[in-house]
Amino acid sequence: MAFLSGQDMTGGYTGTDILRGCTVEVEKGEISVVVGPNGAGKSTAMKAVFGMLVLRRGKVILDGEDITGLPPQLRVARGMSLVPQTHNVFASMTVEENLEMGGVTRAQGVAETIGEVFELFPVLAEKRRQPAGELSGGQRQQVAVGRALMTKPSVLILDEPTAGVSPIVVHELFDKVIEIAHRGVAILMVEQNAQQALAIADTGYVLVQGENRFTGSGRALLADDEVRMSFLGG
Amino acid sequence: MENLLNAVVLAANYLVIPATTYGCQIALGALGVTLIFSVLRFSNFAHGEMMSFGTMITIFTVWGLQAAGISIQPLSTALLALPVSIAATIAVTLLTDRWVYRFYRVRRVEPIIMVIVSAGLMFFFSGLTRFVIGPEDRNFDDGVRFIISAREFKERTGLAEGMSFRTTQAATIIVAVACVALLFWFLERTRTGKTMRAYADNEDLALLSGIDPEKVVMLAWTIAASLAAIAGTLYGMDKSYKPFVYQELLMPIFAAAIAGGFGNPLGAIAGGFLVAFSEVALTYPYKRLVSYLVPPSWQPDGLLQFLATDYKYAISFFILIIVLFTRPTGLLGKRSA
Repeated sequence: MAFLSGQDMTGGYTGTDILRGCTVEVEKGEISVVVGPNGAGKSTAMKAVFGMLVLRRGKVILDGEDITGLPPQLRVARGMSLVPQTHNVFASMTVEENLEMGGVTRAQGVAETIGEVFELFPVLAEKRRQPAGELSGGQRQQVAVGRALMTKPSVLILDEPTAGVSPIVVHELFDKVIEIAHRGVAILMVEQNAQQALAIADTGYVLVQGENRFTGSGRALLADDEVRMSFLGG
Repeated sequence: MENLLNAVVLAANYLVIPATTYGCQIALGALGVTLIFSVLRFSNFAHGEMMSFGTMITIFTVWGLQAAGISIQPLSTALLALPVSIAATIAVTLLTDRWVYRFYRVRRVEPIIMVIVSAGLMFFFSGLTRFVIGPEDRNFDDGVRFIISAREFKERTGLAEGMSFRTTQAATIIVAVACVALLFWFLERTRTGKTMRAYADNEDLALLSGIDPEKVVMLAWTIAASLAAIAGTLYGMDKSYKPFVYQELLMPIFAAAIAGGFGNPLGAIAGGFLVAFSEVALTYPYKRLVSYLVPPSWQPDGLLQFLATDYKYAISFFILIIVLFTRPTGLLGKRSA
């Protein structure tokens, strides 16, 4: 059993199911990447894993415990952290305040964790007094990830962390993601940059219409002709 | 030269000092409105009645203290009664939230529904205060009236014009500055204050960060109620308490909050002064002021008053319309009202 596992997840927002028996899993210290065409239900799958969507069927298991019925806030307390795709920073607040808010549930040790985030993202230390809304796309994503790291999560869920970020910065962000995984965090990530993302993935999932189409190691999926032809643009 | 000095004294006495005092009172009211707007995302029409309720409690407490022979002369007893008024207004506001607003909040209704709910509460509370204390005009300031009286000023300076500075005006300015400083310190420096800003900025992300929304909402009501009780008491102490007048105060307060950019505390303060100075400056008869500044042959015949004081609320209305037409996000705001 994987450390975090969303099994046979089925459900949607109103009536129609967006997820239809979708399964995603991730181990501690590893990176799982979910790719697929638009409307495949990738973001919905992340929301389902985080408890922001009521599942009609299937379950979510964290560290051997069924957490399917747990609301998102309680999942945060259990060591899960989510970086939403959009509106993922407090735009009017400074970088440092954003991080502080990320650690608001912790009684102590917040200052040390802020130091660790600054070590991981040195540019944020420079811009600590600047409102997050005034930063570039890449820096804003770093703030978003930094905020999510403030709870010292064991699972980090990233919903398209490279959306609206320049190609050079994508590379840099992925390096940071690997670094976070090396610290023992389980990373579950949805990505548009499928090629690059699968290259760093321990496990890759290709999602189509809410179902798992292909599953395998990132390397294997990249080597698979069918996957390449249909989803990675040849 | 003496004419110029007389003109300056006249302007200070009838324009600057009253407008500054009034501006402080409006700004405190607008801060409460803007705070509720940023956290609960609706315009609280009942805010004027919260001010009215707070002032009523102040008056009852003042009467009680007077009967018991307790006073803080030369200051008004109302200042001593203020904490009681704040506590009572907070209690009533929190109960209102528990019994009324929360019912709609958990159903996640549209903001406009909340506005209508608050309008309903406005009518309820305006009825309640009139029923309990009555609709009459009441003066409850019992402190020493002047720090500098006009007569004293004339005697000392030898000028024809006098400048008075009332104790209530000084109290208004000092209390307002203290409140604003405290509020900004709280919002900018404390963790709890920051969670409130975070919630106002991005509700979903605040939830993901583990910020408890109910706590933030309770806190917003507590601060808004305190500001309402303080603003109402200061206004009543400086002028007088009449329920009808307090109901009308909603207009300049909303004009101030919207002109400054809804949801922006600094804007609410700026808006408060904009409204207050506009009201005072446009309803003041400039005849005497001008007579000091022009040669005798140019003496004006009319009063040189742009608008009769009866129309002063129309000025807030015009500011509101102009701002909404030309800059709907307010002078300092980013979000649309």
